[in-house]
Amino acid sequence: MNPYLAGIMLGLVLLSAIYFSGRGLGASGGIKYCVASVVGALSPDNASGSLYFGKYFEGGAKPLSNWLVIEILGLLIGGFISGLYSGRLKLKVERPSHVSSARRLLFAFLGGAFFVFGAQLARGCTSGAALSGMAVLSTAGFVTMIAIFGSAYGFAWFFRKNWI
Amino acid sequence: MSPFIELTNSSPLLSFITAITIGIGFGFALEQAGFSSSRKLAGMFYGYDTTVLKVFFTAAIVAMLGTQFLQYFGMLELEQVYINQYYVYASVIGGVIMGAGFVMGGFCPGTGISALSIGKIDALFYILGGAFGAYLFGLLYPSLEKLFLAGYKGPVKLSTTLGLSDGVFIFLVILAAVGMFWLAEKAEKKFARPDITAEL
Repeated sequence: MNPYLAGIMLGLVLLSAIYFSGRGLGASGGIKYCVASVVGALSPDNASGSLYFGKYFEGGAKPLSNWLVIEILGLLIGGFISGLYSGRLKLKVERPSHVSSARRLLFAFLGGAFFVFGAQLARGCTSGAALSGMAVLSTAGFVTMIAIFGSAYGFAWFFRKNWI
Repeated sequence: MSPFIELTNSSPLLSFITAITIGIGFGFALEQAGFSSSRKLAGMFYGYDTTVLKVFFTAAIVAMLGTQFLQYFGMLELEQVYINQYYVYASVIGGVIMGAGFVMGGFCPGTGISALSIGKIDALFYILGGAFGAYLFGLLYPSLEKLFLAGYKGPVKLSTTLGLSDGVFIFLVILAAVGMFWLAEKAEKKFARPDITAEL
């Protein structure tokens, strides 16, 4: 799809989120609540005693029923519908031909770990902090957006062999 | 004011329906934008594909303008909407760590989930890595708390800080975006990689 058209569609989804729920979009938050839930299931004492995860269990709350978890469940469904509609459903490891699958999977794992760790610190990722934050003109949104993209350009040279 | 926000947040069923519907729209838009491909996303940092910039800024501007119009017509009050809290150090350092993760993994969390939904196995590893990152943060939180809470400025708006009205500020953002779109088109020609874009 034309990127500007896709951008308008994404902007309207974000606007609906603001209008109907009073908050923007989010992705890393949903992952965090899933992790909190797994930690809680494996070791309830550790979870409720944890300085970070403890607050998600206060008053008998269930992290898996959090708004953001439901939203990323919808994200999976919406992505699947789009893939089905555009004929892009396929199990594969996407990589340039000079990069091995093992190397691609290792860097994907590391990238995810860095990104979601950073998103916990910044209280949101590209969706929740940067995009949604910018939509409501928050300074945090603009600063996070500049930090993410500035840093990615700064590190791009070091990882160029993975991509070009 | 928006009649929906309080309603949505007070009923678990309505909250569920809203969350899942917005999520479906979110996932559909991300996948249609082509964000289910790490090689397309990574093109942003090597210049051969600048879709990320175009989609991201178009979406931000549509949502900014939409929020302004809804307020102007009395359909929304900004007091009802969550404004991101600004903690200087956490925003900057967290953003820098995210940028490193972006260029390593080729996804951000939302696009990673979108790629997982169409069967990308690398996206599955990205999300598992993300879960590990969140777990690690929780584990290390006692020693990170000072940094997490340092430099608190509250839910500040950049327009207010710059002493501009929201409208003038958004106008400047639009001008900046048009400039960046122009640069992006030039970059795609200068750093063109037909061998890569043919495979996307």
